[in-house]
Amino acid sequence: MSELIKVGMADYKVGCNPSSLISYGLGSCVGIALYDTVTKIGGLAHIMLPDSTQARSAENPAKFANTALPLMLDEMINLGAAKKRVLAKIAGGAQMFTFANATDVMRVGERNTEAVRMLLKKMDIKIIADDTGGNYGRTVVLHLDTGIYLIKTIAKGEKEL
Amino acid sequence: MSDEILKLSMLQLDALREIGNVGAGNSATALSQIINRKIDMTVPKIAIMPLGEVPDVVGGPDAMVAGVYLRVFGPAPSSILFLLPRDSAFYLVDMLMGREQGHTTSLNSMDESALMEIGNILAGAYLNALSHFTSLTLLPSIPALAMDMAGAILSVILIQLGQMGDHALVIETEFTTESDGVKGHFFLIPDPGSLNTILAAIGVKE
Repeated sequence: MSELIKVGMADYKVGCNPSSLISYGLGSCVGIALYDTVTKIGGLAHIMLPDSTQARSAENPAKFANTALPLMLDEMINLGAAKKRVLAKIAGGAQMFTFANATDVMRVGERNTEAVRMLLKKMDIKIIADDTGGNYGRTVVLHLDTGIYLIKTIAKGEKEL
Repeated sequence: MSDEILKLSMLQLDALREIGNVGAGNSATALSQIINRKIDMTVPKIAIMPLGEVPDVVGGPDAMVAGVYLRVFGPAPSSILFLLPRDSAFYLVDMLMGREQGHTTSLNSMDESALMEIGNILAGAYLNALSHFTSLTLLPSIPALAMDMAGAILSVILIQLGQMGDHALVIETEFTTESDGVKGHFFLIPDPGSLNTILAAIGVKE
């Protein structure tokens, strides 16, 4: 029986085959799946904001991409993953409400996605698939037996990355 | 720096609850007049909770809800979010459009406009009360609507709060109609800094 590990908002979890990692209802947040195809060790982060250095409170490192990802990667390596094999798939970063003159506050999804891309590049982790943007929510599941990143939406059906 | 909202005193929380009470009362009266039904309203809950737990208030992050979102402009910028479970949203538009109950299974653009207008009226009524108490001029933006997972819709305001801390101050009221199942949640979420402005304006700033 494979375990389904829940990842809340501003949180991350790691696991190994045959578990799955799930995070419900991503909107402007970004769900970052890291996976080592050989050891089948993976991690899923549900980040809210790109950068802890621009925030006034940085007590929860899992909230920010720049602090969550290195910690998650370390935990994966502790379980036996090798950094050079780790690949990334990302989803989320939607803009849920559309206004005629969108302010920066409203474009947070786009900024989040961009920051995650830059960060992964800096960490030298390749993004092999993504499903970002749009104006709809996503529930994401990382299946650690296959590495498939399943994206579920209400209006647009399901998609495997 | 830790969350400022964790340092609120009982007096300050009571003051915020009372504003919520009057604001939500105005909103409930307005809604009741539109749909011509008696509306019951819970005493507003003031809760300080971790950001990740806020979606549980409306049935979990993957619950399907309709959300009407408005920005509040003025000296205390805030966000207003009116959330309805999907079935309640359908029920409400059937009622507004004079259709038989159970008719609506998805929203057309007229239905969406109707829901946005409801959000507009509720927000207006609420802000009137808030402006009255605080003598601050607070004006709502035009409303925007989304029908999606609760977590996704709430992320819009939770991310704004996340820049300040790890907790949300949620002023929440639940509306229910007397006999049938329309249920709604009304959230007022002050932007970082706005809470202090509001507390100062009602004279309970420490």
